[in-house]
Amino acid sequence: MAAAVLLGLLALLIRLIVNSRFADFAVVRHYLFNRSILVGLRNTLVISVLAQMVGITLGVTLSVMRLSKNPVLSVTSWLYIWFFRGTPVLVQLLFWFNAVPQVFKTFAVSVPFTHIVLYQKPMVLFMTSFMAALLGLGLNEGAYMAEIVRAAIISVDEGQTEAAQALGMRSGLIMRRVVLPQAMRVIIPPTGNEFISMLKTSSLASVVLYGELLRRASDIYSTNLRVVELLLDASIWYLVLTSIATIGQYYLERRFARGASRELPLTPLQRIRRNLVPGRPWFRVLR
Amino acid sequence: MVDVQGVHKRFGRLEVLRGIDLEVHRGEVMVILGPSGSGKSTLLRCINHLEKIDAGRISVDGNLVGYRQVGSRNYELKEKEVAQRRAEVGMVFQRFNLFPHMTALGNIIEAPVRVRGASRAEATKRGLVLLERVGLEEKAGAYPSQLSGGQQQRVAIARALAMDPKLMLFDEPTSALDPELVGDVLDVMRALSGEGMTMMVVTHEMGFAREVADQVVFMDGGVIVERGRPAEVIGAPREARTKAFLSKVL
Repeated sequence: MAAAVLLGLLALLIRLIVNSRFADFAVVRHYLFNRSILVGLRNTLVISVLAQMVGITLGVTLSVMRLSKNPVLSVTSWLYIWFFRGTPVLVQLLFWFNAVPQVFKTFAVSVPFTHIVLYQKPMVLFMTSFMAALLGLGLNEGAYMAEIVRAAIISVDEGQTEAAQALGMRSGLIMRRVVLPQAMRVIIPPTGNEFISMLKTSSLASVVLYGELLRRASDIYSTNLRVVELLLDASIWYLVLTSIATIGQYYLERRFARGASRELPLTPLQRIRRNLVPGRPWFRVLR
Repeated sequence: MVDVQGVHKRFGRLEVLRGIDLEVHRGEVMVILGPSGSGKSTLLRCINHLEKIDAGRISVDGNLVGYRQVGSRNYELKEKEVAQRRAEVGMVFQRFNLFPHMTALGNIIEAPVRVRGASRAEATKRGLVLLERVGLEEKAGAYPSQLSGGQQQRVAIARALAMDPKLMLFDEPTSALDPELVGDVLDVMRALSGEGMTMMVVTHEMGFAREVADQVVFMDGGVIVERGRPAEVIGAPREARTKAFLSKVL
């Protein structure tokens, strides 16, 4: 009964949308594969993947620092997480792009305590939209990843560390070979969520003029005024990206479940195949 | 081989070891008995420096465990040095603690390859020999979750042996096993003692203690209550506390 009411309401909603002609779907279709939009799509993917990679690397480092017995390391990590989680990512993006080049005029890499300069560039040229977006999104993500990795490391049984210690392994080796591989199973699902969230958060990079999907769409509608149609195009592509990421996450989780359960559940594809071909024996995936 | 003198250990306000003295000679098997909470597991863990001691001294094969003596003071060793000493002492845990993401063989060759720098081929060859010794040569590629408790514990023993330890510590190795699986593990331990391995075993298996032990130590409340040959301590205990304990477990 409840389902029937819901379906009825849904049908009503669809009719309302179609009848209102709030969007010209010919225009939506026209711009969906527009060159500029597709470049934006690529840029969204590039910045999301890179920023997430920066985030994961930072997150692992920060979480290991946070769990260190050395107070300098753990306090530094705590301060980093406190700051980057405590301020809006939008502010951080603007900070990198607008404030940093005002304060620091040049960007240089030099050998410490010498005058040897390896790399030098005016800050305005170094801090491009891309760089600001990567730093803003990546450093912020690092703080969140750090908490995810820390929780995962803590979840690994203490006996694992003790067994490794008893074999003469040292803490760095134990972390790399014993603890982190087991923590991966706990890290993967929330990291998938983080990446899906990153795909959408990357739209904030439009404020530092990075040419990702939303920026490209808004550039187009600011000239042709087809606001609804172009925002719909952007939304469609975001949905496509997040859907693909969701599927990828499912298979990744499955892969890292090895060793935890003796038999893995069937994937949706395997389930479909089983149902389509009657008489075919159970396709069991062991280990 | 093992020399323990006046060892004290406290967890917060609770003193779990209150002056332990004992000696294990090369090739000897010592079985430590006692009710739960008597400090026997803690003592074993101190010998591998998994727990720090608060007073006294422990040495294995002439080397002070976890500390370096300079003049009359002891300084804790660096992690690297602690690890080097631990590598010479094998330990088997009640809950096996195999690495679940590695196969049986992977568990065994991990430390020889990563700690001792042995080549993978060499370690694998040796690992297969060890697996055969514990009767599991056909399980080399199995993950711990695919093995029974008894099989896991035998892999854990092989893993410890892969480091060629001078001394083996067994912390209730059969307590987490189904009764019918205990025998296989004890057989492996019996064979090991027959080959002259120095062993310290915390266990409730009286049959094993009687048959294999050279010395039996009964602990209660953080002190050694009674010690001697198995026939003396288990067969004819003098202390009331030992008698009370044995009447419950025998």
